[in-house]
Amino acid sequence: MCDTCGCSHSKISLTVKAPGAKSIHDHYHSPQKKIEIQEDVLSKNNLLAQENRRFLKNKNIRTFNLVSSPGSGKTTLLEKTIIALKKNLSIAVIEGDQQTFRDAERIEATGVPAVQINTGTGCHLDAEMIARALQSLPLQDNSLLFIENVGNLVCPAMFDLGEDAKIVIISVTEGDDKPLKYPGMFHAADICVITKTDLSPYVDFEIAACKENALAVNPRLKFFILSAKTGEGMGEWLDWLSHR
Amino acid sequence: MSLAMNIVEIATQNGLAENAGKINMVELEIGSLAGVMVEALTFCFEAATKGTLAEGAALQINDVQAKAKCTKCGTLFFIQSHFDDCPDCGNPAAEIIQGMDLKIISITVDE
Repeated sequence: MCDTCGCSHSKISLTVKAPGAKSIHDHYHSPQKKIEIQEDVLSKNNLLAQENRRFLKNKNIRTFNLVSSPGSGKTTLLEKTIIALKKNLSIAVIEGDQQTFRDAERIEATGVPAVQINTGTGCHLDAEMIARALQSLPLQDNSLLFIENVGNLVCPAMFDLGEDAKIVIISVTEGDDKPLKYPGMFHAADICVITKTDLSPYVDFEIAACKENALAVNPRLKFFILSAKTGEGMGEWLDWLSHR
Repeated sequence: MSLAMNIVEIATQNGLAENAGKINMVELEIGSLAGVMVEALTFCFEAATKGTLAEGAALQINDVQAKAKCTKCGTLFFIQSHFDDCPDCGNPAAEIIQGMDLKIISITVDE
């Protein structure tokens, strides 16, 4: 590395200095060429997501990408949703987690096929992982597919998986200002589910404030407010899913 | 890290297509609402270039300030966050039209 200009030079180095003059920085630089690219960094992911979308659409499979912070109750909501809908609908699940098969095992216990993707140190699912998971899932035409993303309110917002809708889940045990703190996710989502409402009497979470904050970030958001544990508010959610 | 790996992949593919000996610089455009932490990306970029054509390459980052269009009065304005109100009519709903992208603009290579 050249100390003067910071360039990298492995070839000839030449210093030209006229008598009495100050040192002139001059040495060999390999000819440089600028190549224009103008490409979205996520273009490969987006292309694969489009392929996933086309594949799922051809089979008329409605796909929902569930995103939230860890511990919001995504898996419990899924279990209860599956138990309520599986009589009339074919359902499959893609589970994303950094480690363990626990969530996929919980989903399989409800009697629907599930495939687990362990991302290791990765903090989100991407379209390529979904493409691979789709190959190993027994998928029925005219069915529902849920993708439970890694618990993380930041990175999953950036990655299109080929889903019909991103559903962001926030429980009342979190802060009602979360939409303002993690606006990227609430902006990217189509649906917002506020869960664990059975705990509302014990926490300071204001549902109205949370909705207002989320709408400030994304005025198009549609809300479902429910408790998967007691079943309160589940009817509207199940109805919406059945008619998608 | 996966963003950095995508950047290196795109850069090296383009470099190889041009028979470049070495990639010296990668120029990016990052929107202020793209959700990218520049420090983290720079750190990961260096790691992701190891053993590739782009090893040792510098990152040039051009910031793009996010811009929105008011859904009510149509005013165009720069925004700091997803929930800035329209400065003209105070309407809270605005469509973000710039500043969500992360793009690789060019690479500079040894000929």
